[in-house]
Formats: sequence, structure tokens, C-alpha cells
Amino acid sequence: MKRVYVKEEACMGCGLCRVYCLAEHSRTRDIIKAFKRESPRSLPRIRVERNGEVSFSLQCRHCDEPWCVYSCFTGAMYIDEVTGAVAVDAEKCIGCWTCIVACPYGALTRDRDRKVVAKCDLCPGNDVPACVANCPNEALVFAEDGKAGQLVRN
Amino acid sequence: MGKKKAIRTEYLLIGNSAGGIGAAEAIREVDKRNSIKIVSDEPYQAYSRPLISKYLAGERNVDEMLFRPADFYSRNGIDHLLDRKVEHLSLDRRIAQLASGEQIIWKKLLLATGGVPIVPKMKGGDKEGVFTFLALKDAIAINAFIEDDSQAVVIGGGLIGISVTEALMKRKAGVTVVEMKDRVLNTILDETASSIAEEALRQAGVRVVTNQTVAEVTGGDRVDGVVLDNGERIRCDLVVIAIGVLPRIELVSGTDIKVNRGIVVDRCMSTNYPDVYACGDAAEAYDFIYGANRLTPIWPNAYIGGRVAGYNMAGVRAEYRGGTAMNSLNYFGLDIATAGMVVPPDDRHWEVVSQRNNGAYQKIVLNDDLVMGMVFVKDIEKSGMIFSLMKDRVKVTNFRQALLADDFGLAYLPRELWQECLGTVPAGSTSAFGMPAKAEEPISSE
Repeated sequence: MKRVYVKEEACMGCGLCRVYCLAEHSRTRDIIKAFKRESPRSLPRIRVERNGEVSFSLQCRHCDEPWCVYSCFTGAMYIDEVTGAVAVDAEKCIGCWTCIVACPYGALTRDRDRKVVAKCDLCPGNDVPACVANCPNEALVFAEDGKAGQLVRN
Repeated sequence: MGKKKAIRTEYLLIGNSAGGIGAAEAIREVDKRNSIKIVSDEPYQAYSRPLISKYLAGERNVDEMLFRPADFYSRNGIDHLLDRKVEHLSLDRRIAQLASGEQIIWKKLLLATGGVPIVPKMKGGDKEGVFTFLALKDAIAINAFIEDDSQAVVIGGGLIGISVTEALMKRKAGVTVVEMKDRVLNTILDETASSIAEEALRQAGVRVVTNQTVAEVTGGDRVDGVVLDNGERIRCDLVVIAIGVLPRIELVSGTDIKVNRGIVVDRCMSTNYPDVYACGDAAEAYDFIYGANRLTPIWPNAYIGGRVAGYNMAGVRAEYRGGTAMNSLNYFGLDIATAGMVVPPDDRHWEVVSQRNNGAYQKIVLNDDLVMGMVFVKDIEKSGMIFSLMKDRVKVTNFRQALLADDFGLAYLPRELWQECLGTVPAGSTSAFGMPAKAEEPISSE
């Protein structure tokens, strides 16, 4: 399936991916309004990691063997049969956060206002996710690959 | 014995919860053809047991508790025999005898039978108004029984006790929790986290009594109160027994299948008996923290164990990497993530790093630079990364100081580890603008 990959050597840690992710998942989809006018403010689904000279952004890896899905006892987390992406059904989610403890990447966020988990949805409707489209150094790529998170099966 | 004709199946799964469904899904990934039969003594499609508290609270109905879509069985070609009890297994003949008289002959059998509540012998324990809280029928029974302003005594301050307490409070009942040990949630939290949880309970109006058990349930046919060990009488309309769960193993006790506390399984979730597998709360599978087989009755381990069993039953080799106790709690507005050994068993070779501020509390238990346990209260977002270090047995020698830092993240792990997490950028991939992304050449300051 198609995932977002980061070229760590090209990432500056500027955090614009996070800004545009938040805007994309806001009600107005307007970057200024999303930050200054909307309340509650929408949540970014991407993290920027920095440690010294190392920086990279990280969002749901859409694992082939997703621990979050296996750990979800409401059936809210599931693998989309068409795209292969790991998705969440907000109607079913009760905000128990078991998926957050299960995710090795810290890629899931609590939406405390709605009491549901928030995660990368690869920006459905866009050709390219907002983080990728707005990375100023082209450190993010949206590409096809079959490998991520091989955890249970050997 | 019944007169009905025996039906044959390739896969017989006893149990229709996390383990049974996990196995069925794995089997169907690799075997679309052979028959799967799931037998359950409950009359419902696969529903989520942890959600029975939401049912009792009036927040979810039965349809909203189903963790798979309504057409799950038909779409996957699975026969579900609901409201049927397996009465006896003839292992050598591979026959399951059902209470209905039906017989099922299996080629591969999975025991995903779950657990049964522990009910202590207690004077008056058979009165009307005494409940357990494990399956939907329990929540339905309590729901039909309670009225506004009912007074409840919950025996046991563990996970089930706290979850039924929250549901009862939402139904405007008054609740007293009676815990035998000196603190609530004592098997999964340390003292500090227990005291935070207990404070949240008290703030919500729950009375918590520790170091006590219920000696007697009083009343006529119906409960009117309890008497504690110390002689204190508490008036109440209902009693919920929530002191723990035991593996449901009656089908295999006395057979050749090896049972310790639960059904003993290897890393393929196979029992010692050919073609018989077990998983979930009924099974004793590998615990990577203790390095031995243990009961770890939690949903994720049941589902993943079931999945591993399913692959192996279908002839695809898979190995259970092991599980451990892991729980995410959110009762009374408090988020807690916990896993592994949260209290070191002795002083030697163990190290604890912890911090507490603004109501948040984090603690990591280390042994020989391996993470052996964790408790996160309030700020739980990074608990998954720590749990992953625990699960993958990663030595934290070079970044242990960073574990509880505000900016801790994957970037603090050794490069090869975070690179693996990120995945490899596929060769020849282009950026959003159609140009191959590349790193700039370093510019020297000279």
C-alpha cells in the first residue's frame, strides 16, 4: 500500500507537516482560521521528532500487522479493505486508548474533546497527503511499498 | 448421547470472543475454503466484553457492542452456533458433544473458552441481588435489577470492580468498593498510581474500604446489606462480586491436555495434544516479562494468541512472541496505562525511574537496562513507545536518561531502531513535486 516515508537526511524538523496536517483536519481547512478561530482546535496526526541534529516526522505507519487493530476491543480500529490503510471508526471508538499503548511508534493521539483516537488517515480525497504536499525540503514522499510493521507472523 | 448426526468441520473454535474471532480471521486469510465452526454458549454475535460496563451505564446497546460487522460470519463463510454449550470433548475421537445433542467432529480444535468469575463461599451469597460482572448477561441482570438511588457494594477493587463501579455511578447508584488488600488496582498499579486512582474514585463520590472483605451478605430472599470482617454493616440493595477471573477449563480438566492454572500452550498456541490449540483467558501462554508461561487475561493477548493459533491450525507457521499484562484504564476521567511488573519484586538489580507533576505520574521499572514495567498516569501518549521497548527487549543503556524526558521519542533510540520504525523509502520514489528528494551536500564552515 501507499505510505508516507520520511527522508531523515532531508528533514529539517521545521514542523510545517504538522501545521498543514492540523489545517487539513480542521473544519475550515483554512490554515489561519484552523489555528486562530476554531475551537476546539483540530489535532495534527503527525509528530516531529528532534534529537540533536537528527529530526524526522512520523505518522501512523499503517502496519501490515497493526497492533492497534489487534488490541482494539470495540472494533473501531480496522484495516481498510480497499486501501490497506489502518483506519478508525469514530462511532465505535470509546476512547479507551488501548491502541495508544499498543502502538510502538507513538503515532496515535487522544482527541479528548470527542473522546476518540485521532490518527493519520492519509488525507482521503487528496492525491497526496497534506504533510507530503507541503514539506518544503521534499523530505516526505508518498510511495508504494509492501513492508512495514511485520510483527506477528514470521 | 444425542441421536443427531455428527457434523464435520475442519476448524472448530469454541468461544466467540477475541480469541475465537482472532483465529477465524487468521484462518480465512490463508484458507478460504475449509469449514469453520464457532460455538458459543452465549446467544450473541461477537460482542465486546469490556463494553458491558458501557451497556450498564446506558451508553451502548447490544448492537453497538458488536466488534465485527453484522455480516461478519456470512461474509467469511463461518458457521456460528450460538447459544450452544459444548458439554464434553472426546479428544481421541475428535468429537465435541453439545448439550443440544449435536456432535461436531473436528480436524483442528481451538479452546478459546475465556474465564469464569471467582465466587467465594460467603454466607448469604446466594441471595437475590448478588451478581458477578463478566459477560453481557451479568450487565443485563444488573440493569434489570437496579433502580435510581440503589446502593451497591462492589467486592474487589480490581479492573472489573472499578469498571462496574463507574457504570453504577453513572446510573446514579451509591457505591462502596470493598478491597481485601491495602489499595485498589493493586495487581496492575504501584502504590502511587493506586493512590491517585483511589483519590479519583473518592472525588467521584465512591466510598473505598480497603483491608476488608465481605464476611456475610444479609437480608431475606433479597440482599439488604453486607457485614465486613471488622463487623461493620453496610446497607445495600445489590452486591457485585468482582474479585477475579479464573480460566474456564472444565472441558479439559481430567483429560490428557496439560493444564496448570490455565491450558498450557507453546509458542504456536498449541496444547500438548495434537491439533488442539488454546488462547485467551483460558490459556497459559508465554509472558515475555516473566520469561515463562503465565495467565495474562487481556483482550490484545487473546486476539493475537488466537491469530497465531489460527495460522498454525491452517498450516502456516506463526509464533506468539509473548504477551504480558497490559492495560489502558480510563475511569472517572483519569487515563492510566500500565504494563509488566510495576513494582520490582526485590531490591537487587532493579532500578526505577519516575516523575510526578501536575497530576501526571510516570514510572519505568528497569532490570539490567531492560524495561520490565511501566505506569503512566494522565500523560499516556508515550506509553506505547515504552511498551514497545519492553516487548522488543531493547537495552536502554544509551538513552535511559531520556526515557521520561518531555521530548522523548523514537529519535532517542539507536539509529537502526528508529530507521526500522520509519521504514525504508522505496527506491526510485519521487516527492510530491515529481523530483527525487535528496539530501543537500554538507556545507563546511571553512
